[in-house]
Amino acid sequence: MATAEAIEESTKSKPKPTKRMTGAEALVQILLQENVDMAFGYPGGAIMPVYDALYDHQDSIHHVLARHEQGAIHMAQGYARANGKVGVCLATSGPGATNLITGIADAQIDSTPLVCITGQVPSALLGSDAFQECDVLGISMPVTKWNFQITKAEEIPQALAKAFYLARSGRPGPVVIDITKDAQFGEFDFAYEPCTSLRSYVPKPKLDHAKVKEAAELINNAERPYVLFGQGVILANAEKEFKQFIEKTGIPAAWTIMGLSALETDHPLNVGMLGMHGNYGPNLLTNECDVLIAVGMRFDDRVTGNLDKYAKQAKVVHLEIDPAEIDKNVPADIPVLGDAKESLTELNKLVKPNSHEEWLQRFRDCDQQEWEKVIEEELHPKSDVLSMGEVIRIINDVTGGDHILVTDVGQHQMVACRYSKFTKSKSNITSGGLGTMGFGLPAGIGAALGAPERTVIAVVGDGGLQMTIQELATIYQTKAKVKVLLLNNEFLGMVRQWQQLFFEKRYSSTELINPDFQQVAKGFYIPTAKVTERKNLEKAIEEFINYDGSYFLEVMVGKENNVFPMVTSGSGVAEIRLE
Amino acid sequence: MYSRWLQVARESQKSDWSDLMESEKQEFTITAYTENHVGLLHRITIIFTKRKINIESLTTSESEVEGIHRFTIAVTETEQQVIKVVKQIEKQVEVLKSDYYKKKEVVQQELALYKISTESLTSGLDVERIVREHNARFLTIEKHFVVIEKSGFRRETKALFDELKPYGISEFVRSGRIAVSRERDGIGKDVEKILAEAAV
Ligand SMILES: Cc1ncc(C[n+]2csc(CCOP(=O)(O)OP(=O)(O)O)c2C)c(N)n1
Ligand SMILES: [Mg+2]
Repeated sequence: MATAEAIEESTKSKPKPTKRMTGAEALVQILLQENVDMAFGYPGGAIMPVYDALYDHQDSIHHVLARHEQGAIHMAQGYARANGKVGVCLATSGPGATNLITGIADAQIDSTPLVCITGQVPSALLGSDAFQECDVLGISMPVTKWNFQITKAEEIPQALAKAFYLARSGRPGPVVIDITKDAQFGEFDFAYEPCTSLRSYVPKPKLDHAKVKEAAELINNAERPYVLFGQGVILANAEKEFKQFIEKTGIPAAWTIMGLSALETDHPLNVGMLGMHGNYGPNLLTNECDVLIAVGMRFDDRVTGNLDKYAKQAKVVHLEIDPAEIDKNVPADIPVLGDAKESLTELNKLVKPNSHEEWLQRFRDCDQQEWEKVIEEELHPKSDVLSMGEVIRIINDVTGGDHILVTDVGQHQMVACRYSKFTKSKSNITSGGLGTMGFGLPAGIGAALGAPERTVIAVVGDGGLQMTIQELATIYQTKAKVKVLLLNNEFLGMVRQWQQLFFEKRYSSTELINPDFQQVAKGFYIPTAKVTERKNLEKAIEEFINYDGSYFLEVMVGKENNVFPMVTSGSGVAEIRLE
Repeated sequence: MYSRWLQVARESQKSDWSDLMESEKQEFTITAYTENHVGLLHRITIIFTKRKINIESLTTSESEVEGIHRFTIAVTETEQQVIKVVKQIEKQVEVLKSDYYKKKEVVQQELALYKISTESLTSGLDVERIVREHNARFLTIEKHFVVIEKSGFRRETKALFDELKPYGISEFVRSGRIAVSRERDGIGKDVEKILAEAAV
C-alpha cells in the first residue's frame, strides 16, 4: 500500500499549519523549502501543471530549458557535483521520462544526488496504454536509489521530503518521483516537513571503534602502506581529514577517477591515478604494498584489472559507507564501515606520525620511467602532430589548476584526467562508472551554472560531442560560461585504439567524417576558434580561458595517438604496459 | 546493521575466507523483513535478475512484527553470491533487515494441492490409502473432483505427485518455500530493535 499513510508511518512528521493549493503549486513550494534555486528539464503534456506553477517563481527557481532530457539530466549531474547540492530534473511522461534513463543510471553508479520529477498520465488512465504512458517506475527501478509514484496531491509533501532526504543522505543517488497529472491539479491542504530519518534506512552505519583501532594498529606497523581514495572522500566532505591522515602517516595516496581532485595534484604524497590508464607506479606498486587502505572507493574493475592478480600480498583496510561494497570485489581484512569524515577523524587520533621515504621513492622511480616512456612525449611532443596532453598542459599553465574540469568519455577523458592539475576539490566531473558519451557538454553547462564563480572547462571528443551537441543552444540561452574544448581526432579514438591493439587495426566504424564544428558553434552563436598548428595553441588557449563567457575551442590532434600506460583487460595491475 | 554475513567475512582471514565458504552451489533460503510498499517486490527481484540468479520460489507474507512484511526466497547459489545478494537487498531503502540460511539452518515447508477426479477416488481404495500413507488430507470432495493437500519437503510433495499420477491429476500446484530459522530468535528481534530505536 503505497499511500500517504504508509509513507507517514515510516517518516516522523509533526502536523504544521496548512494552506490550500494544487499539487503542482505544493511541489514548487517544496522545491523552495529544499533550497532548490535551479532545475533542469523539458516540458510536455503530463508535467504542464508543474511548469505552470514554476512560472510564478522564476525569480527564485531558475529553470534551465535543455534541448533534450538527456542533456537536462547530465546538467543536473554536473550542477550537483560542482556545488554539492541535489540536482533537480523535470520531464514529461513517456519519451520525456525514458530520455532521462541514461543519466539516472549514470548518477546511480557514480552516487550523484538527483531528484527527477516526471509527469505521468492521469491516474484513471494508468495501465491503459494512454498517450505517452510509460511504466517509469518499472523502468527506473534498477537504476534508482528509490522511486515512487504519486497519484494524489496529498501524497506530494511526504514523497518529496523522502526523495530529497534519500537523494542526499548516506551514499547519495538518484530518486525518481512520478506524478500523475491529476495529482498535480488536485487541491489539498498543504504543509511541509522535511524528512530526517526513515526507520528502514541507515544512511551512515555506526562507526565501529574496535575496527578503527585494528586499522590503526595495522597501519602503524605497516612497512609499505598505500592509500587508494575515491569519491567517498569528496561526498563526505572529508578532504581535510583525508589530507591530515596521509600527512601524519606519510602514506602515498593514489586516486580513482572519481576521487580525482579530492587531494591537490601537487601534494607530495599524491602519487597519481589508478586503473586501466592510470599511472605506472600506482598500478605496479599495488602488488607490492603490505597494507592497502581504500578510502571511499569500490574497487571497480577498471581500477583493479584482473582480481586474481590484485593485491594478493596485502592486508586490506576498507573505509566505506556502503556495507554492500565491503568484500564485493576485494575482500577486506579490516572493514571500517562509516562516513569517511567520521572514520578518518577517529583514525587520525590513533595513527602514529610516520614517513615512508624509501617506499615513496619507489613511486618516484616509476614516475621517472613513465615520464621517459610516455609522459614527456605526450606533454612535449617532438612530432608536429598536436597531442591531447600538450593541450591539457597549457590549460594547467593558464588556470594554475583552479578550474573545474568536466570530461566526456574516451581518450580525451583519460588524457585530461591523467594530466590536469587540480588545486581544489569537486573540480573533476566525469562519467566514471557508466562511461556515458554525451555527458561532457551538458554536465559542463550544469557545472558552470552550479559554480558560476569557477572556470569550467568541458573537454569533449568529436564523437561524444555529437551525442548531445544540441545543448550548445542551452549555452546560448542560459549564457552559461562553460568553455568547450573539443579534442578532435576524427575518430572514436578510444575504440580505435582497442581496434589497433586487439583487433589488428580493423577500424570498423570508428572513423568520423565530421561536420564543420566551427560553423556549428557559430550557428549556436558561440565564439569559436580552431587550432591546427602548435604555434597558435598557447594563444588560443589563453583567449579561450580568459574570454568572459562561453567559448568553443577546437584543437585538431593526432588521429591515431594512443593513451598509455594501459592495463589491458584480463591482465593484472602489475602487468601494466608502458607502450 | 551487522548481520551474520558480515561476521562470516570478518571472522575469517582475507586469504581464506572465500575458501572457507563452500564455493559449490547449494540451497539457500533468503529472508528479508520489509515495509509493505508497492514495487518493493520488483526492486528485490531485480537484484537477482541483474546477476542472472534464478529465484526458485518467492513468498511474501506478514511477519511476527506488526506492520512488517517478510520475503522468503529460495535459491540455489554459492554462499559468496548469496552474501552479496543479501547485502544488496538490505541496502534497499524499504528493507529493514535481510539474512540467509543454509538448508540445515531452517525448518522449511512447502504446500501442495492435487486435484483428481472423484471417479478415481471411488473406483478403488488405492487413492485413499496413498493419501493416508503420505500424511496428506482431503481438502474438499466435490461431485466431480477432490482436492488433496500435502505439506512437506519438496521430495515429499513430489513423491505423492508421482503416486497419484496414474490416477490422473487434473491440476497441481505447489507453494513457494516458507521457512523459519533454527536460531532462538530470528531476525525479527533485530527488526523490533530497529523499530524501537526509530520510535524514540
Ligand atoms: C553512449 C556510449 N556509446 C558508446 C560508447 C563506447 N565508447 C567509449 S569511448 C568511445 C569513443 C569516443 O570517441 P570520442 O568522443 O571522439 O573521444 P576520443 O576517444 O576520440 O577522445 C566510444 C564509442 C560509450 N562509452 N558511450
Ligand atoms: Mg575522437
